Amino acid sequence: MRSIRSKLTPYYLMLPGGLWLAIFFAVPIIMMIGLSTMNGNIIAGFGDTWHHFGNYTYGFTQYKSQWIRSAEYAGLGCLISIVLSYPIAYWIAFYGGTRKSTYLFLILLPFFVSFVLRTIAWNYILGDQGLLLEPLKHLHLVSQNFHILATGWAVIIGIVYNYLPFMILPIYVALERVDHKVIEAGRDLYANPVTVFTKVVLPLSLPGVFAGVLLNFVPAASDYVNASVLGGTGNSMIGNVIYDQYFVVQNYPLQASLSFSLMAILLIGIFSYARVLGTEDVLEAAAVA
Amino acid sequence: MSAATLERAAGQEPRKKVRQRRKTGERLLHWFTWLLIIWLALPIAVVVAFSFNNPHGRYNYSWTGFTFKYWGSKLFAIPDLTTAVEHSILVAVVATVGATVLGTLVGLAVGKYKFRGQGATNLVQFAAISAPEVVLGSSLATFFLQAHIQEGALTVMAAHIMFCMSFVAITVRARVVGLDPSVEDAAKDLGAGPWDTFRLVTLPMIMPGVIAGAMLAFALSIDDFITTEFTSGSFVTYPLWIWSVSRQGLPPQVNVMGSIIFAVGVIFAIANSVISRRRAA
Repeated sequence: MRSIRSKLTPYYLMLPGGLWLAIFFAVPIIMMIGLSTMNGNIIAGFGDTWHHFGNYTYGFTQYKSQWIRSAEYAGLGCLISIVLSYPIAYWIAFYGGTRKSTYLFLILLPFFVSFVLRTIAWNYILGDQGLLLEPLKHLHLVSQNFHILATGWAVIIGIVYNYLPFMILPIYVALERVDHKVIEAGRDLYANPVTVFTKVVLPLSLPGVFAGVLLNFVPAASDYVNASVLGGTGNSMIGNVIYDQYFVVQNYPLQASLSFSLMAILLIGIFSYARVLGTEDVLEAAAVA
Repeated sequence: MSAATLERAAGQEPRKKVRQRRKTGERLLHWFTWLLIIWLALPIAVVVAFSFNNPHGRYNYSWTGFTFKYWGSKLFAIPDLTTAVEHSILVAVVATVGATVLGTLVGLAVGKYKFRGQGATNLVQFAAISAPEVVLGSSLATFFLQAHIQEGALTVMAAHIMFCMSFVAITVRARVVGLDPSVEDAAKDLGAGPWDTFRLVTLPMIMPGVIAGAMLAFALSIDDFITTEFTSGSFVTYPLWIWSVSRQGLPPQVNVMGSIIFAVGVIFAIANSVISRRRAA
């Protein structure tokens, strides 16, 4: 009797949380897949068809530029993030000494200000009469009609800014784990610091870089806040399209098909990543953040 | 002079140079780190600074004069904003409690036991964490729509518990995995029932993980925008209110509230790290 009960214990523990995830995550996603193949409109009602994939082809052809822009902005954002994050993660991991956690805390400070508010704050900074451009224009360092706001670069700056800590942290975690004896051994054998870095440190830190790419690319590619606050009207991403299809056009089947396409594309990437390198790094980095 | 000393003398020169170069590199990296920290803090400085601004009209975009009035008598002058902040705090408290209870149980199950379906559990959790927010939000929104559930405070809370739960489960699991199972066995041997063992032995041991998870859940919930927007109906939280007025310009009260939330969050985080450090010492 006792052994049966203890065998069931994990299931009892899982039950409430599992049910919650099933009802508010799994069921909505499954229903969304069903909805995505329906046709019709908000006034006439939506019809079940189960074989109508027109929403998918329409979603990809009609909004091709938004799909491409999402990949571009998120990809460029990741690249810039890596270039900025690696030296910092490296310095904190190897030279941070006793103040490592203080530096990490300073890097996490933006998360204590609301995401929407800190994105709007960039509006103040990058605006045509903003804190950055006005002094530069006053000193005639840039031309009077130069502007950053409402360009793709403003969106990329916002994306890099908002998700940068999610790149620094996993790289830091990976570098921190590198055994100093291995580096010393490398130094003894190669002596050249560049070789030690490329042959020892860099390969050992790559899982952290991949985890950072994941934690940056997924929210960046599906974001619509940066594009609407900083990108003006001509730089919308696929997140903006989903938003508009739900709130403005109310074409729910099309919105569902776009959402599912986005999730499928991102999840395929994530799971192939998880298969190759394991989920631990990402989960750990997410928990640290 | 022997050949050996000559060789040593010759070898010392480049090594010194390497050390010198390494020092310069280290200094450059140090500066770069601080430069980036300043860049990250820049928008925070803007938010705080403009809470002291005294704008002439609705637009709080350019500096017009210093005032304390939005920190004092005028702080609650916009009832909608005050209500929105109250809503945010209410949702965050409920979501934190719910997510912490459910997430702790899941973390215990996954960390302590080996059972059939564990792989599937991990997979679903991983998917819930890594699914893009716009997808979580829009799928929940159409789910509530099709199930004829009126969106409001409750749907927002349900959604927040859902996405915060997995984060709590991860932090608790990390703590559970490092536990010594013999301590629980000792409690059982000494006659404690399963509930007493959990209450008096297991829970105190995993408490740091539970607290870390709860703080993470609170931070995620109070700041959440995208999922909340899709599941809120006419219920307005602080980020949603900011979004709704952002096109007309933000009143300084928004900056004051943002600064207060920032300060409280920072104080809590510092207090938590001080306490846990003291406990570890």
